[in-house]
Amino acid sequence: MIRHAILQFRPEKARVKENLARLAERLEALRPHAPEVVVLPEAALTGYFLQGGVRELALTRHELLELLSGVHRAVGWEGLLDVVVGFYERDEGAYYNSAAYLELPHRVVHVHRKVFLPTYGVFDEERYLARGRQVEAFNTRFGRVAILICEDFWHSITAAIAALDGAEAIYVPAASPARGFQGERPENVERWRTLARAVAAEHGVYVVLSSLVGFEGGKGMSGGSLAVGPEGRILAEAPLFEEAALLFDLDPGRIPPVRYDSPLLSDLEAALPLLLPDLERVLGKERG
Amino acid sequence: MRIVQAPKAQESLELNWPLVADFLTRFIREELAWRGYEKAIVAVSGGVDSATTLALAVRALGRKQVHALFLPHRDSSPLSREHAYLVAETFGVDLEEVDITPMVEGYAAMTPDLTPHRKGNLMARARMMVLFDKSQAYQALPLGTGNKTERLFGYYTWHGDDTPPVNPLGDLYKTQVWRLAEYLGVPEPVVKKPPTADLVPGQTDEADLGVRYLRADVILEHYLKGYPDAYIESLGYTQEEIGRVKERVNRTHWKRALPTVALLSSTAIGEFYLRPLDYRP
Repeated sequence: MIRHAILQFRPEKARVKENLARLAERLEALRPHAPEVVVLPEAALTGYFLQGGVRELALTRHELLELLSGVHRAVGWEGLLDVVVGFYERDEGAYYNSAAYLELPHRVVHVHRKVFLPTYGVFDEERYLARGRQVEAFNTRFGRVAILICEDFWHSITAAIAALDGAEAIYVPAASPARGFQGERPENVERWRTLARAVAAEHGVYVVLSSLVGFEGGKGMSGGSLAVGPEGRILAEAPLFEEAALLFDLDPGRIPPVRYDSPLLSDLEAALPLLLPDLERVLGKERG
Repeated sequence: MRIVQAPKAQESLELNWPLVADFLTRFIREELAWRGYEKAIVAVSGGVDSATTLALAVRALGRKQVHALFLPHRDSSPLSREHAYLVAETFGVDLEEVDITPMVEGYAAMTPDLTPHRKGNLMARARMMVLFDKSQAYQALPLGTGNKTERLFGYYTWHGDDTPPVNPLGDLYKTQVWRLAEYLGVPEPVVKKPPTADLVPGQTDEADLGVRYLRADVILEHYLKGYPDAYIESLGYTQEEIGRVKERVNRTHWKRALPTVALLSSTAIGEFYLRPLDYRP
């Protein structure tokens, strides 16, 4: 069992120092619950919509580690704490929408750079950011996992790659402005619930969605973070629009029996090579 | 065998009103908070938009944190006064009345060729001046009351009623404001009466616009979502109505934008130099 806390966080726009202090307060509140992994949303330390402010606020992964190790120290956390956190990354003159898996206080375990940069409607990421080029699983002290950021997860192929690469949990930091108020929940929240359950059930993986909250210039980040088990069942769900922490135990022991009963991932592994020529054909057609 | 026919696809304007009210309440609280305000001020006209805005502000902040202004001109309809007081009483807010007649008539006396239309704009701008002065006096942020239909039609006085920095209703069509108003308990006579800017005696919005809100809003929603005219016609709307709605939208894009600035550099504000309005590192 791996004790998780999804921290549905509301940063103050562009105020990294204040947000780190706020994060320290939230970790203090979580300490009695002894989480081993804390999962923060996309752009958690700055807010999501920065436009050209990305250039001023982006961090290298080592600066990020230093800042969050400072928080770990400041709250006097005993022992290691793993943190998944979305941040704007600076590297060699390029900027990325990234999420890091950190083992505090010592090391950066992995950084995923968002591949699918939404640039339509209210979104304008590709104007300010470079595209990541890779989806891969990686090993942590608790097992093999992957990170996908927001729209990355809206394309089912990314989760398929992560699962085929051995991920047993997919962490999804997100920032999703609420829109479409016809139903019980905003449409985007319904979409997240549908996708998270479908992906978890298809591949027999845990899906851990940490969704930003707070208004950014009229756009209300929806929250509604989720923990979904490998059967596709929602284990815990955070409220909409407000800060919350969602505690759940991730049990890697559930994955083998679930996959035994529903061996879709091994089917995919076996049959996907048969379809690769088709994939090449359709992509070639697009290019041609 | 049963044959099941899917109904014709149509966009719905009916929303989850408790969820919308909750969202807009949080919106008001948070947009005030980062600007450093704890209080809001609303110009209440006696109409449904400002009544709904007042109701949301009271929900968000508590009635003691909300100032309501009534800003009549001597030509304003007596019904507007009656309804403004009814709304303030319903939501437990004191109503401060400032008569804009001397301000407007002072200029009118110097301007013999002032047309009723220009005078109407003058009234809207006089109200804006009072609203912002009272905002400063009470340290209360002005809330806008413009709805999506009038914004899309450009049916307002530029730099008059569109000036407040925070507007909870601007993405709701007029017919949606009516439904939200009902949910929030805005008094029925205010919700049910024909909407009017009340700038010229006897004026109504729908006569000015030449189309009923109930019909315009459905046309707008389908037009904005990319349905072709023929599809909208098939839902029971006339070519003339569709044409009138589209023309109003497309004649007024400038009105929904900040003033046009000549671009000379690669650091032109809002063109090259882009920062969100809440950016303050």
